[in-house]
Amino acid sequence: MTSMNEQMPPASTAAGVAGVAAREAVAPKRARRRYSADLSALGEPALWGFGGALALGIIMIAVFLMVVLYNGATTFWPKPIDRVELTDGTVIAGTERRGTLFRPQLAPLDAETRALIEENDGFAFRTLYQTANFDLYGDDFRWVADFETATITQPEDFYYFERQVWGVFIGRIAGMQIAGQQIDYDPAVFRREQAAARARFREIRQIERREIGRINHYIERERLAQRRAVLRQGEEAAQPAVLASQARIAELQAEFQVLQARVNEIRALDRSFTVTLEEVNGRQISPEISQIVRFFPANTLSIFDKIGIYLSRWWEFVSAEPREANTQGGVLPAIFGTVAMTLLMVVFVAPFGVITALYLREYAKQGRITSMVRISVNNLAGVPSIVYGVFGLGFFAYAMGGTIDQLFYPEALPNPTFGKGGILWASLTLALLTVPVVIVATEEALSAVPRSMREGSLACGASKWQTIRFVVLPKAMPGIMTGMILAMARGAGEVAPLMLVGVVKLAPALPIDGFAPFIHLDRSFMHLGFHIFDVGFQSRNSEAGKPMVFVTTLLLLALIIVMNATAIIVRNRLKRKYATGQF
Amino acid sequence: MQDTLEFEPTAYHVRASNEGTALDISDFNLWYGQKQALFDNNLKIGKGQVTAMIGPSGCGKSTLLRCLNRMNDLVDDLTITGQIAVDGFDIYAKGVDVIALRKRMGMVFQKPNPFAMSIYDNITYPLRVDGVTKKSILDETVERALTQAALWKEVKDRLNDSALGLSGGQQQRLCIARAVASDPEVLLMDEPCSALDPIATARIEELIEELKGTYSIVIVTHSMAQAARVSDNTAFMYLGRLIEYGDTDTIFTNPQKSRTNDYVTGRFG
Repeated sequence: MTSMNEQMPPASTAAGVAGVAAREAVAPKRARRRYSADLSALGEPALWGFGGALALGIIMIAVFLMVVLYNGATTFWPKPIDRVELTDGTVIAGTERRGTLFRPQLAPLDAETRALIEENDGFAFRTLYQTANFDLYGDDFRWVADFETATITQPEDFYYFERQVWGVFIGRIAGMQIAGQQIDYDPAVFRREQAAARARFREIRQIERREIGRINHYIERERLAQRRAVLRQGEEAAQPAVLASQARIAELQAEFQVLQARVNEIRALDRSFTVTLEEVNGRQISPEISQIVRFFPANTLSIFDKIGIYLSRWWEFVSAEPREANTQGGVLPAIFGTVAMTLLMVVFVAPFGVITALYLREYAKQGRITSMVRISVNNLAGVPSIVYGVFGLGFFAYAMGGTIDQLFYPEALPNPTFGKGGILWASLTLALLTVPVVIVATEEALSAVPRSMREGSLACGASKWQTIRFVVLPKAMPGIMTGMILAMARGAGEVAPLMLVGVVKLAPALPIDGFAPFIHLDRSFMHLGFHIFDVGFQSRNSEAGKPMVFVTTLLLLALIIVMNATAIIVRNRLKRKYATGQF
Repeated sequence: MQDTLEFEPTAYHVRASNEGTALDISDFNLWYGQKQALFDNNLKIGKGQVTAMIGPSGCGKSTLLRCLNRMNDLVDDLTITGQIAVDGFDIYAKGVDVIALRKRMGMVFQKPNPFAMSIYDNITYPLRVDGVTKKSILDETVERALTQAALWKEVKDRLNDSALGLSGGQQQRLCIARAVASDPEVLLMDEPCSALDPIATARIEELIEELKGTYSIVIVTHSMAQAARVSDNTAFMYLGRLIEYGDTDTIFTNPQKSRTNDYVTGRFG
């Protein structure tokens, strides 16, 4: 584009002045041609565009990951407690959460402050404090504007308590009652007693969950067995069985009474160990020491103490059950549910998808119908996932589950066994959702196997199935595994359909436990993705749940990465295994 | 240029085999959809002989070769008339067991196509798909086939290595070993040297020379020199028709048809 001027020959400049004769002597000068292409032909602008698009994508993902990583990683770091005196005399204590600029109401302020704010274009800075003590204040958080702050101190005797119920308490320890004796606060004694009290708490939980749970389970089983006997054999014929069963129930109930008495005993003991906590304005509460999950003097921690607390919080997060409407405690049931459901989904989707693709690519006559099926499969991948959820609920849970209940669990009706959402229906729904991914990937992998390989095998006298089994499938296996990995990633991250087919906010029991048949596919389960939604947007106090959103997101990402990495390692091993051909 | 030699009959001057006929192709026609690719081919392939098929690209020589073990069955919309008989037995008759047929015909392809398995597993593949599991038989076959394919000395110490680690020439000899592993009657070679360098080509040609007599070999080739070197009889095909079929020396020195003469002297094709 820029070369137009240069290409014009300087025809008649010097020669023109010299006259006609001179012109003849000089050979007509050829325009100098530039052999380089212009910028657009070289592809430079396109290259910048491609590179820019890639960079933009990477930057967006990197920023997203960094936001998640930063917020997730810092959530569990213990923060100091500020005691803030306001200009109006109120005193609050809390840990700083975040700060923003805001536009305060100017009318009620005094002239000096108002002038200051107006200087800042009407903006002032405010800080959100986690004041905790929900049972006393009815709120966990409080905004404090800079202009209302008089003094901020960090008193050394303030503690941060994480409680079993009511969430966090921030305040001093005023005294404690050990075995009924009122004594002064002594850190060593309190530490010891807190550990002992937690042990008592765990013992009670152990008895309630494990042993009483077991007895309830067996009583329920006996009750159902009675109803089944009556339903099958009629009232009269079932009489002996019912009587025997009732005797067993009576035995179990006696056992239950013993355990209950033991629990009550521990509870009574537990009630004689209390601690008196005093919030910043002097109001006191006296919970049992066993209610204190974790406590620390937030303003006198050394770096090692902080690291210890940080790690212990992470450990609790990945190994314990949730507390306080999921905003505190751990997510173990959700981790378990996510992994179990994803693996179950793979178990369903892998054979189904691969067999379908094998038929479509290898056996079906390639024609109008096959390509219509193929287009439909591709379109299935674009159906909104909630539609799958509705289908899963209607077809799997209500229709199939309802039928199963009528045939196999009539004694439990009207309570549904399989006729409601559960981990089986959830993983089947997700299998349905991800099967197009597997089919498309498998078909692609199969069609990438060179024709010469198939012909080589057929020429050896192998049948079509032998060719597929020994030559085509091994060669396509890495590609099939890639499809499986994609399906797994999609399935593990899906939430919307699960809300309809079995995910719950808080599952009473895991889908796998110690009672026969050990794997309970009918049970509802918790899921990390739903946990994020629930904690962040459905809890009583979204501010309290916000940090958990990031931590849970971080965990979910980590979990998906781990599952994918495992699948990739398996794929690479398969690749190597089939490369040496020991089948 | 189509159909200028419609009614010209094929010229025959075949050097006959002492052992009779391995393959008898008679009145063979083939259509891909509406398009006819082979016209009334008639030729007998002698037992224990090497028969070369030459002709310009698209003349139908590969198509004809792939009909001999019914490899063309994989192609949709194919029509066939006429007969191909192996030992007097029509392979296109109804109810023929194609798999059993292919076991009687080893095939070597244009590009080496070893499976992604060990050398050992590659050679034993034709036996294993046949249900042979006895280790002694498999071992014996591997040694025999690799020796026949002149590869035994090079690979006997690494039979369990992947076949994909071999060089191109070695891979092609491996494919020949695989083709002879099930001890077929006929060896079909579809331009077996087209992807190889001259030295590997020379080795394969030596090998064909050695295998001659044990197997009836049909080789499709683009190289007239190769056909002249290795074959007993040569079939020259053009536009789906068999123009001339006869003794290799005669075809190359004194062809009966002017078109054959033009082709072997390099005037076209």
